[in-house]
Amino acid sequence: MIALSDYLILGAILFSLSIAGIFINRKNVIILLMCVELMLLAVNMNFIAFSHFLGDSAGQVFVFFILTVAAAEAAIGLAILVVLFRNKRSIDVNDLDVLKG
Amino acid sequence: MENIYLTIVLAPLLGAIIAGLWRNQVGREGAHWLTIIGVAVSSFLSLYVLKAHVVDGLPVYNDAVYTWMVSDGIRFEVGFLVDNLTAMMMAVVTFVSLMVHIYTVGYMHDEDGYQRFFSYISLFTFSMLMLVMSNNFMQLFFGWEAVGLVSYLLIGFYFKKETAIFANMKAFLVNRVGDFGFLLGIAAVAMYFGSVDYHEVFAMAPQLADTQIQIWGDSSWSLMTVIGILLFIGAMGKSAQVPLHVWLPDSMEGPTPISALIHAATMVTAGVFMVARMSPLYEFSETALSFVLIIGATTAFFTGLIGIIQNDIKRVVAYSTLSQLGYMVVALGVSAYAAGLFHLMTHAFFKALLFLAAGSVIIGMHHDQDIRNMGGMRKYMPVTYWTSLLGSLALIGFPGFAGFFSKDAIIEAVHHSHIVGSGYAYVMVVAGVFVTALYSFRMFFLVFHGEGPRNFHAHHDDHGGHDEHDTGHHRDEHHDAKPKESPWVVTLPLVMLAIPSVVIGYLTVGDVLFGNFFDGVLFVLPEHDVLAAIGKDYHGATAFMLHGMTALPFYLAMGGLFVAWFIYMKKPVIAEIIKDKFDMFYMVLENKYGFDGFNQFFFAGGSRGIGQILWKAGDRVLIDGLLVNGSAKTVGFIAGIVRHLQTGYLYHYAFAMIIGMLGLISWFVLV
Repeated sequence: MIALSDYLILGAILFSLSIAGIFINRKNVIILLMCVELMLLAVNMNFIAFSHFLGDSAGQVFVFFILTVAAAEAAIGLAILVVLFRNKRSIDVNDLDVLKG
Repeated sequence: MENIYLTIVLAPLLGAIIAGLWRNQVGREGAHWLTIIGVAVSSFLSLYVLKAHVVDGLPVYNDAVYTWMVSDGIRFEVGFLVDNLTAMMMAVVTFVSLMVHIYTVGYMHDEDGYQRFFSYISLFTFSMLMLVMSNNFMQLFFGWEAVGLVSYLLIGFYFKKETAIFANMKAFLVNRVGDFGFLLGIAAVAMYFGSVDYHEVFAMAPQLADTQIQIWGDSSWSLMTVIGILLFIGAMGKSAQVPLHVWLPDSMEGPTPISALIHAATMVTAGVFMVARMSPLYEFSETALSFVLIIGATTAFFTGLIGIIQNDIKRVVAYSTLSQLGYMVVALGVSAYAAGLFHLMTHAFFKALLFLAAGSVIIGMHHDQDIRNMGGMRKYMPVTYWTSLLGSLALIGFPGFAGFFSKDAIIEAVHHSHIVGSGYAYVMVVAGVFVTALYSFRMFFLVFHGEGPRNFHAHHDDHGGHDEHDTGHHRDEHHDAKPKESPWVVTLPLVMLAIPSVVIGYLTVGDVLFGNFFDGVLFVLPEHDVLAAIGKDYHGATAFMLHGMTALPFYLAMGGLFVAWFIYMKKPVIAEIIKDKFDMFYMVLENKYGFDGFNQFFFAGGSRGIGQILWKAGDRVLIDGLLVNGSAKTVGFIAGIVRHLQTGYLYHYAFAMIIGMLGLISWFVLV
């Protein structure tokens, strides 16, 4: 029997991976986007786990919402990425420092 | 009667507004007709009012026309007090003003700003009427400032001329000094009497006569002395008494008609009028009276001396005005208010006449004002010559002429007085008679007698500049050009003013000085009443005149006349010798006793110095440097440090967000 804590640990591992991906990655904006998606998956995992163990299906409904939003976000994020590449000829994170004070 | 009083005041204002604001619509002709009609209406009504009050015995009118506001029990009103004094002042002001209006048509004929000029002098008439007709201190102050404003505007009438700008600024600043004292005096009246209405204040004056007040520290001051001296400081500014007289000679930068109207006949006598009006207050302070007396006596003699060495025709008359104002103030100082007012009236006529005659000569000389260039004008300008002669005789106090009665009354009054300073004042005013005759006839002989114009500008090309002194090369080119008599609009006022200059003294001396003309208007304590003492020996104007011919002042006046004739007609070389022998003395007079230099160095320079310090240390360093730019620089400096946090890299921001989130979560969990 898989306990609730196992699911939560999996979620936490996924979340930590994505954070590490954001910090450690210094090359590619696409990887950043993927990490953000992964973060959402980690949240979804927690939702489903709680939903299952508490017997409340509202958590699963939320997951659908989140998946939808994530899809939309990915679409917009990639579109922005395309425009960015057209303008800067690069998707290297190190080149994107126009906000530097 | 109220409607008549209102019409008298408002008719000139209406003319001034229309001629001033719609000057292009009414045009030059329209402007002078409108203002002349306005002033003529007020002049005739003033004469009617004078007759109604003096001859028909109309009771004193004292009522508010409009209440401006009531604050803490003090009522601020626009109101009229019309008694014999007011009626006399109204008649003098409007009559002289009317003459000057007519004269201006000729004098300003070729000038720019013709409508503006008429608008200003009409506005002046309104302001002066408000001043003399007022029944309270607030309106008096309004009129006081309004005439000062118009004076300022008119001195700077040629506003493109540097000297005119300097002169009007000077007049304005010097008057501010006087007005500061005046305002403090009014404030003291309002504070201790709880009213600004003349009658209420005067009624309370005897009760407060012995009041002592503390101004600073423990020193105790008599209330009446403080009020008297403060109000008189205002009069010193307006009536040009030493040491606030410095603006009046410079005010001659303005056109001649206003020198006659404002700076000789009316505005400068406002101080004399005011002190006489306040006689119920001044009577209770001998200290204030002595102060008035000494200032007046000093002005009367020492400014007359400067007049002897001036070469600008208008400045000679200006110094003469200063000296005569000194005489009036002396009369106030010895409580002979009636004599001061009488001299005010006669002086208004003959001094306006002398100024207008000087202006007529200036027109004849094509705007050259240097008397050394004139001479022999008698042949070319007969009307101006004869009227000037009458005016000068009135000024020096030749028996029978207007000035004789008023000036002799003042000298006699000083002689009979016993207050502190009257001995000094007597010497000054008697010596002043000689000086008056000397400078008057020096000018008269130099201008009208002797050989034809010594240096005549035939060209008429300097309309704007009135005291161009570039003498020289025109002379040889135009041997045949001669000065001409001025047009009738100029000579008519001269004749009209010459008549009262001659006869007004003889006709009115009995009533004004020794009769009951000023009963209920002026208040004189019995122990101060010098005029009553003289009045005991008064047996009609003719006897007064004959008595005057045996007295010292008459011989001094004749002596002055003779000396002027001898030096300037017979032996001009004497003047040069005296000038060389006494060049120390001459330099003192030439520098006008150093008042101008001192003021310009000490007060003007001092204020500029303080201004420089405040500008550099206060404004530039402290406010601009430290407060404004300093705070901006501090913000910039801190921002310069903080901006290093903004790397622009996404992962740094993400890191900050995560750290922040962790911080928040741990706070929620732990707390």
